This record gives sequence, structure tokens and C-alpha cells, in this order.
Amino acid sequence: MLISRLSRLGFWIAKELSRGGIARTRFRYRPCGQYQRSPLESLPETRAFQGAIFQKHHDFSTSASNNASEGGDEQKETISVTFVSKDGEEIPIRVPIGMSMLEAAHQNDIELEGACEGSLACSTCHVIVMDMEYYNKLEDPSDEENDMLDLAFALTETSRLGCQIIARPELDGIRLAIPAATRNFAVDGYVPKPH
Amino acid sequence: MSIFGAKQVLWRSFSTVASHPLRVCIVGSGPAGFYTAEKILKTHQGSQVDIIDRLPTPYGLVRSGVAPDHPETKNVINQFSRVAQKERCSFFGNIALGSSVSLMELRELYHIVVLAYGAESDRVLGIPGEDLKGVHSAREFVWWYNGHPDGRNLDPDLKSTDTAVILGQGNVALDVARILLRPTSELATTDIASHALTALEQSSIRKIYLVGRRGPVQAACTAKELREVLGINDLYIHIKEADLKITPADEEEMKNSRIHRRIYELLAKAAAARPSQPSSGQRELHFVFFRQPDRFLESYDKKGYVSRVDLEKTALKGVGSGKQIAIGTGQFENLSCGIVLKSIGYKSVPVDGLPFDDRKGVVPNVKGRVLSDNSGDLTSIENGLYVCGWLKRGPTGIIATNLYCAEETVASVSEDLEQGVLATTASSRKLGRDGLLRILDDRNVRVVPFSAWERIDKEEKRIGSLRNKPREKLSTWEELLKVASE
Repeated sequence: MLISRLSRLGFWIAKELSRGGIARTRFRYRPCGQYQRSPLESLPETRAFQGAIFQKHHDFSTSASNNASEGGDEQKETISVTFVSKDGEEIPIRVPIGMSMLEAAHQNDIELEGACEGSLACSTCHVIVMDMEYYNKLEDPSDEENDMLDLAFALTETSRLGCQIIARPELDGIRLAIPAATRNFAVDGYVPKPH
Repeated sequence: MSIFGAKQVLWRSFSTVASHPLRVCIVGSGPAGFYTAEKILKTHQGSQVDIIDRLPTPYGLVRSGVAPDHPETKNVINQFSRVAQKERCSFFGNIALGSSVSLMELRELYHIVVLAYGAESDRVLGIPGEDLKGVHSAREFVWWYNGHPDGRNLDPDLKSTDTAVILGQGNVALDVARILLRPTSELATTDIASHALTALEQSSIRKIYLVGRRGPVQAACTAKELREVLGINDLYIHIKEADLKITPADEEEMKNSRIHRRIYELLAKAAAARPSQPSSGQRELHFVFFRQPDRFLESYDKKGYVSRVDLEKTALKGVGSGKQIAIGTGQFENLSCGIVLKSIGYKSVPVDGLPFDDRKGVVPNVKGRVLSDNSGDLTSIENGLYVCGWLKRGPTGIIATNLYCAEETVASVSEDLEQGVLATTASSRKLGRDGLLRILDDRNVRVVPFSAWERIDKEEKRIGSLRNKPREKLSTWEELLKVASE
């Protein structure tokens, strides 16, 4: 199973190289062994999803919404999420249903801090939901999450903690920006106002 | 990692020649120090980073500041320890800047020195009676319950009084109040120092006054800490109804600050929900707004000890840009108490050869670059010397604030390297770690490397497990150094 996936991955890489498509979009491939080092490795949720993580490996999509090319089963198991890094780079990944965006970012080597490791005791995994439509699909933040968002750097009206956004089918296509000190951007469908 | 994972390097790596690394020394191993180390290691592949600390133990205030009943906040230690274990990074404890090694020597030994040693002293009120026994700084008290080796001998008297006054309403004040008021059975399973747990178990303190110069709209705490203290089991909360009245200026402040608005709402809700009188024997927490300390008075029957705090009523006055400050009104009242904890702010301490702004209590700097003096001249920069954390921006903010603070300082380092402002590995070879260790060896300083800290860590966890605690901190220098050298 795994071997066949890895060989498919190799094939895909060769194909992409010949097309020169890699330069456009960053993606990550990590050998399985590296998961041992994940800071969230000891969380039961992460372990439960390691099976799903392997599936992600052959699933590098160059755009956030090419589910059509995927097998039917995997469509149900993962959703497409795009992180926008501090320097504006778009990083599309696939996230298994049930996994938090903080875990997903770390599994994919995306630089999202997680000082308290998802225990709602810091604000370092602050992300900005870039489309109002998706923000409204999320459940309202709890008091505890709001307490931490109070302290988040560069807070916006569509800010959430990455550890509290859990992948669900209706979030497929969500875009999340990692706030940067120097960058301002508009959230689609929302006119930001000062706090 | 495959070539596909190769990351675009934002800052040109300074030197990739392993034999001539960029030698970096970071003084202080708290969040500011570790975030700086992490970012320098990531940005400069050819760097070698040594983190030194005055204590034999790393992690600064994460270990000795964060309250024992906030274990989640300490999870960041896992991240920091992974940084310390990186090949190009070292931790050396028990090295005091200024006595073990001078700043001048460090600057000779390293291309880059980043000072991130925080604020180990306290602001003072400068009012009569401040040095009476029983008047402590909250920092000392926090060090004491967190097992800091320099807080071991504080020995606060919690047995001869039922009333404590805490001056200040920030998070440290709330932490201190919570530790004094929380049932000790709930603290017994935390990593609180055992000497503190014993003293708290015998404590007779039942009533705490939390005194702030300004009102509930201006309180400096955060919602999590306030929610926690308001939620303590069987605690009577008192907030004067009149103090909750808000002015148009207050409304403006709340409109502009989400956190102030939420804090006010929490306080108003708590005031409305509580019964008007405590039940008998119930512990009490009184929020006292619009009062500033005027003087501490000595006890008649216990010479040298505090027995009363005189408070002056205040009123708020707008000072532009939506800010309001407290002004004394000339009306006084007093509170009888047996212990006072001043939680009015930490203060950094300079070392020889370091420009320092005494008024602000920080090192003058531009984006982390140390300036030669306080004149405001932004062009006279101390070559290769940087600051981060509380020493750079004053003692405020949370752990995460240091993330952005470190980012800024490391960006300045990178810029200076790119522009050739600094002595480079090509132009000057620095002795770095070897040179430092040689100097320390000559002076018989017992360096505690990370492996020795790991022995301390292991031993603390072992003793803790016997007591159903996550760890039992070794809280004297002797114990720490003994286990370190085993």
C-alpha cells in the first residue's frame, strides 16, 4: 500500500519536474520517520490520524480545489486548506477530517507557532480566516479561545486560533493567513475595522 | 529533506563554513533568549549559538514566573528544549554576566551578543514604610512559590494575619491572589515548591484586597487570569457597585480595546452575581479600585512589621489619545493587614559597559540594536550588541510577545550582517565557545551544560512522581549544583 503510494509519488514528482511546475507552488515531502519529532506526536489525536497523513503524501495539489482528480474515498477523508505564510506564499495542503489546523500546519512544516501545543493557553497559533464565508461556517469561539485571542498579535475580526479550527467537510477550500507584523491584507467579504 | 522541500532562504546565510561559524552568544534563557536562538539558528545556517544563564536551570520565567497551576503555559519548554538540543546550539548555566564573565569579554569572544536577561528587580513605590517587614515585591513571592533558588529564603509570614493587601491588578497580582486563595489541595498536585505548599497549608490568610490606582476599565490583567480567580471555589468576591460606573472616556477606552471591554464585562458580571455578604469563614477577595498607596504603617506590638496601608482615593484624568491616568484627590482611607505584596512592575538591572536608560528601565535600542547612549542619537550603535525581551521593551507582555520581539531583533542582526556593518567571520575569527569556557575554567566557574540540566530535570521529575506532582523543583543553589555535577 505504502510502497505503491510512494512510487506514485515518485512518478508525480518526475512529471512535475518535467513540467517545471514545482517552482510555482511549494509543497512538502517528509519521510515517515520525521513524524516522530512532531511536537504533537504524543497527542492521541495525532496518532489516530497518522494513517490519514500517509495518504496526504501523494496528494500534492497545485491549486486548492482540484478534488476532482482525487479518488472518491479520499475526498471524504481530507479537505483542501491553503495557508498563506508571513511572506505571502500560498501553501496548499490536505488535512484529514478531525485534525486541527495547528497540527496540520506542523505536519506540513508550515511555520505556525504552537507554544502551548494546542492547550488553549497561548495565542501563537493565531490565523486569519481569509474569507468571511468560511469564517461564518466555524462555530463561535469559546470564552477560553476569546481570552487568548484578546492577546493575539495583529488581531482581526476573522481571527481564530489554529488549534481550535478542526477540519470538517464544509471547510474544504478554507484559506488561512498567518499574521505578519508587516503585512496587511483584506479579508474577502469583510471590511476590517479597528478594535 | 528532498530538494523539493528546500526552503527559500530569506536572509542570505552568513557563512556556511562550519569551521568558521558566526559565533553568537545569547545572555538569558527565557522566552526572549530561546526565541532569539531559534530564529538565529534558522536564519543563519552557519551560526553557532551559545545561550548562557545566571541560573543552573534554563527557561527563565517559564520556570520561575508562570504560576504552578498553569502547566499548559509551560508546554513551550518542549519547544525550547528541542532548540537547546540542536547541534549548533548550546546552553551553559551558572554563568553570571558581570561576575563570571564581563560584557566586554563576551563581545570580544563572539561576533554577536544578544542580551535577553530580562528584569530581575522591582519598581519601587518610593513611599514611607516600604522597607517594613511583611512588605514584599510580588516578584520575590512568585520566585518563592516557584522554587527559584534566590527566593528560597523569603519565608513570608502567612500565619500571623488574616489579611493581605496586593498592590496592582495585573496578571502577576492575580496569580499571587489565586495562589493565596486557592484550596491547597488543588495546588498540591502542581509543581509548586514544597516549602511554599507547606506554608500555604498553614496560612491563616482569608481576606485579600487587590488595589488598583485606576478603575475596572483600566485593569491591567487578562481575561483568563481574571476568570480563574473569579471562579475559585467558595470565594466571596467584592466589587463596589459605584466603581463600576463608567464615564464617556471609559466607554471610548473600551471601544478601542477588546481586552479592556471584556475585562470590564467580567468584573461587572461578577459584581452582579455575588451575594452582598460573605458566609461565615468564607475566603474573600476585594477589588479596590481608584486607590493609590500613600504609606505603610508599622505595627505597635510587632516592631518593624507592617500593620496598615494608607490609601489615597484617586480620580481619572484624560491625558489625550484616549488614555486616562489616576490623580490623587487628597482623601485617604486605610486597610489593616499583616502582609503586603507589591505587584507594580519588574525592573531590569544594567551591567558594566551596557548603555542603560534608568528612567525607562530598558537598554536604549533601535529594533534591538543597542544604542551607545540615551541621547536619542540613532546613529551611534554598539557594534554586534543587541537586546531582546524585557530588557529591550520593558517588563510587559506575554510569552508570545517575545516571538515578535525576537523576530525584530534577529531581522536587525541579519540586516547588519548583509550590509557588512558587523565584524564578519571572514574579517575576524572569534574564539566563541572555546574561549568562553577557557575563561570560565580559569575562574573556577562551574558551568552547567544542558546535559547537567537534564540531570536536574530528571531528578526533579523523579522526586515529584513520589509526591504525585509533575516535578519537585530543587530550590537551593546547593541542591541544583550537586545534582548537576553528579
